[in-house]
Amino acid sequence: MLDVLILSRIQFAANISFHILFPTITIALCWFLLYFKIRQHITPHPVWQRAYRFWVKIFALTFAMGVVSGITMSFQFGTNWPGFMETVGNVAGPLLGYEVLTAFFLEATFLGIMLFGQGRVSPRTHTLATVIVAIGTTLSAFWILALNSWMHTPTGFEMRDGVAFPVSWLEIIFNPSFPFRMIHVLIASGLTAAFLIAGISAYRILKGDTKKTPQQSLKIAIIVAAILAPMQALVGDLHGLNTFEYQPQKVAAMEGVWETEKGAPMLLFAIPNEKERRNDFAIGIPNLASLILTHSAEGEIKGLNEFKGEHPPVFAVFWSFRTMVGMGLLMLIISWISLAFLLKRGQLPKPLLMVLCGMTFSGWVATLAGWYVTEIGRQPYLVTGILKTADAVTTLPPSHVGLSLSIYLTLYAVLLCAYIYTLFSMARKAVNTPEYEESDIPHVASPHAEHFHEQPVKKVIDEKLGGS
Amino acid sequence: MSADFLATIFIVLMGIAVLVYAIADGYDLGTGILLPLDNEKHRDTMIASIGPFWDANETWLVLAVGLLLIAFPKAHSQIFYHLYIPATFMLAGLILRGVSFDFRAKTSVSQKPLWDKAFKFGSLLTSFCQGYMLGRYVLGFAEGWQATGFAVLSGLGVSAAYGLIGAAWLIYKTEGELQQKAKAWLTMLSRITFIGIIAVSLANLAVNPDVFSRWFELPLAFFVIPIPALCLACFAYLEWTVSQQKRHFRDISPLLAVMLIFTLSFCGLGFSFFPEIVPGGITIWEAAAAPESLQFLLIGALIVVPTIGVYTGYSYWVFRGKATALSYE
Repeated sequence: MLDVLILSRIQFAANISFHILFPTITIALCWFLLYFKIRQHITPHPVWQRAYRFWVKIFALTFAMGVVSGITMSFQFGTNWPGFMETVGNVAGPLLGYEVLTAFFLEATFLGIMLFGQGRVSPRTHTLATVIVAIGTTLSAFWILALNSWMHTPTGFEMRDGVAFPVSWLEIIFNPSFPFRMIHVLIASGLTAAFLIAGISAYRILKGDTKKTPQQSLKIAIIVAAILAPMQALVGDLHGLNTFEYQPQKVAAMEGVWETEKGAPMLLFAIPNEKERRNDFAIGIPNLASLILTHSAEGEIKGLNEFKGEHPPVFAVFWSFRTMVGMGLLMLIISWISLAFLLKRGQLPKPLLMVLCGMTFSGWVATLAGWYVTEIGRQPYLVTGILKTADAVTTLPPSHVGLSLSIYLTLYAVLLCAYIYTLFSMARKAVNTPEYEESDIPHVASPHAEHFHEQPVKKVIDEKLGGS
Repeated sequence: MSADFLATIFIVLMGIAVLVYAIADGYDLGTGILLPLDNEKHRDTMIASIGPFWDANETWLVLAVGLLLIAFPKAHSQIFYHLYIPATFMLAGLILRGVSFDFRAKTSVSQKPLWDKAFKFGSLLTSFCQGYMLGRYVLGFAEGWQATGFAVLSGLGVSAAYGLIGAAWLIYKTEGELQQKAKAWLTMLSRITFIGIIAVSLANLAVNPDVFSRWFELPLAFFVIPIPALCLACFAYLEWTVSQQKRHFRDISPLLAVMLIFTLSFCGLGFSFFPEIVPGGITIWEAAAAPESLQFLLIGALIVVPTIGVYTGYSYWVFRGKATALSYE
C-alpha cells in the first residue's frame, strides 16, 4: 500500500504536469494572435484574418483546458498540503490572491469578447480585448512564478514560531531566482507555441492545403522559433548559474557530481546509482561542467555527498535535465534549418515539414522536463530550507487520495487524447475550406493610399468574409 | 488595522465571492442541467447564451476558494479535510463540463452528442456535489446516515436551485419555443426549490439549537424576519408571473427574483453561523491569516474588485439581448 505522501506527490505532479501544458501554449499563443490582429489593421489582407480565426479557436480550447485544470490546483494546496499554507501561507496566499484578482478575471472576462465579440464591438475594441487577454495571461505567469521562485529562493520574510511572516513584499516577489525563471518560462512558452503553430501548419500543408494562411503562419512561427531558441540557451545558462549560487545541490544532481571536484566533466551519458553513490557507464567531456558553471576549467563544483539527506533524487533530475537540453538543441537546429530553407527557397521540403509536424508538441516535452529538473531538484524541500515536503502533507487516509488520483488520471488521459485529436481534426477541416478570391485582396497602391482607404477597404473585406 | 477587523472584511469579501459564484455559475450550471438531449437546435442556443460568460463565472469559484485558502487557511484545511471526496467529484464534474463546452463546437459532428451528454452530466455532478458539500458543512461534518441523507437532500436541492436560475436565465436570453419550455421548467423547479429551502431550513433549526435561538430570540428576530418573508414573496411572484398569458413581466424579472432568492438564502445561512467559519468549530478570528498579509492583499482587492465589476458589466452589455448563434467571426 502506497502511503499518503507518495500518492499526494504523484497527484500533485499529475495535476500540475497536465495543467502546465495549456498555459504554456496560451501565454505565447495570445501574443501570436495579437500579431495576426495587428497585421490585419496594417494591411487588411484576408490571410491574417484567416490565421486569426483558425488559431483563436485553438486558443479557446486550450484556454478552457487550462482553466478547468487550474481550478483543481487551487483546491490541491489546501486539501493535500495543509502544512504548506500553515507554514508559508502568509507569503504564498497574497501572491495567489493577486493572481486571481489581477489576471484571472481579466483573462476570463475579456476572453468572451475576444472569442465571440467580433460582430458586437468595433475592430479596435476587439484588438484591445486581445491585448488585455495577452497581458492577463502573462500577468498570471508573473504571480505564479513569483511564488514558485520564492519557494526555491525564499527572501523578504522572517520566521516566528515556525511560521513565515512577510517583511518586504518587494523582496518576496523579486526574489533571486525570479527574473531568470520568469524569462526562461516566457521564452519556453514562446517556443512551445511557435512549434505548435509550425507543426499544425506543416500538417495542413502535407495534407494538401495550398492556401496562403498555413504558409504564412508557418513562416512566422519558424522566424520566432529561430530567434527564441538561441536566446533560451543563453537565458537557461544564466538561470543555471543562478541555481548554482543558491541551490548547489540541484546543480550537483543535474551534473551527476557525487564528490566535490575541481574540473568536473560534463556527462553526456551516465546512470546515476544512488545506492552506491556513483555513476555507472559515465561518458563525459572533461572539465566542461566546471567551465560552464564557474568559467574556469579547474573550477570547483560541490558534490552531492556534501548534502547527504538534503539533496534531490539524482536519476530523475539528471535525466530530465538532459531531456530538456536535448529537446532545446533539437528545436534550435530544426528552426535554423527551416529558416535557411525559407530564406533560400521560400518554402520547406517535404521531409522537413514532416519533422516539424512530428515536433508539434516538442515544447511540451522540453517544458515538462524543465519543470521536473527544477521541482524535483528542490526536494526534499517544498520551500527551500523552511519546509520539507513530507512535513506538509495531509493526514487524509491513503484510500481517499488513491481514489481522487485514479479519477484525475483517467480524466486527464481521456482529455489529452481528445485535445490532440481535436487539434488535428480542426486542421483537416481547414484543409478543405476554399481559398479566398483574388478580388477579396484589397489593392493597396501606396502607404498613403492605404491610410486613406483603410476603413472602407476593411469593411468590404469583412463583408465578403462574413464578419463585421 | 486590527486583525479582527481585517478578518471581518475578508469574510464579507469571501461571502460576496461565494454568492456571486452561486448566482453566476448557477445559471450556467443550471443551463447545462436543463440541456434537452433530444433537440440539438435548443442545445446550441442554450449553450450560446452562456458562451461568453462561463469562463468568468467559474473564476468566482477560484476567488472564493482562494480567499478561504488565503485569508482563513486553518478553516480551508479543516473544511476540505472532511469534504475531500465530494470536492474531488465536483472538480471532475467541472473539468468535464468546462471542456465539453469547447470540444462540442470543435470536434467532428459525430462526436457532438457525446460531448453534449458530458456537458449535461458534468453540470449535474458539479451541482449535486456542491449541494452535498453544503449539507455536510451546515451539519458541521456530522457522521451517520441522517447526516448523509440530509446532504443528499441538500445536493438535490441545490441542483434544483441551479436549474431554477438556469431556467430564469433562459427566459431572459431566449425567445419562442425554447422560452416557453423554460417557463415550464421554471414553474416546476421553483416549487421543488421552495420545498428544498424549507426542508433545509427546518433541518438546520432542528439540528443546531444555537441557530434556533438566533432566529427566534428577540430583538434579533425582528431584523431577520424580512429574510423568509421576502423569499416567500419572490416564490409567489415566480408562480404568478409565469402563469400570466399576457406579457406582464419583462423577460429579466424572473431572473432578478431568483437572484434575490439566492441572496436571501445566502444571507440567512450567513446569519445562522457568523462568526463561525466551520459550524460548531472555529471562528473567523481563529482561522484568519497574518494581518500584514491580509492588509497587503486588501489594498489590491479594494482597487481590483470594483474594476472587475465594471468590466464584467461591460461584457454583459456587449452581449446584451437575446442569444444568437455563437460564432468566432
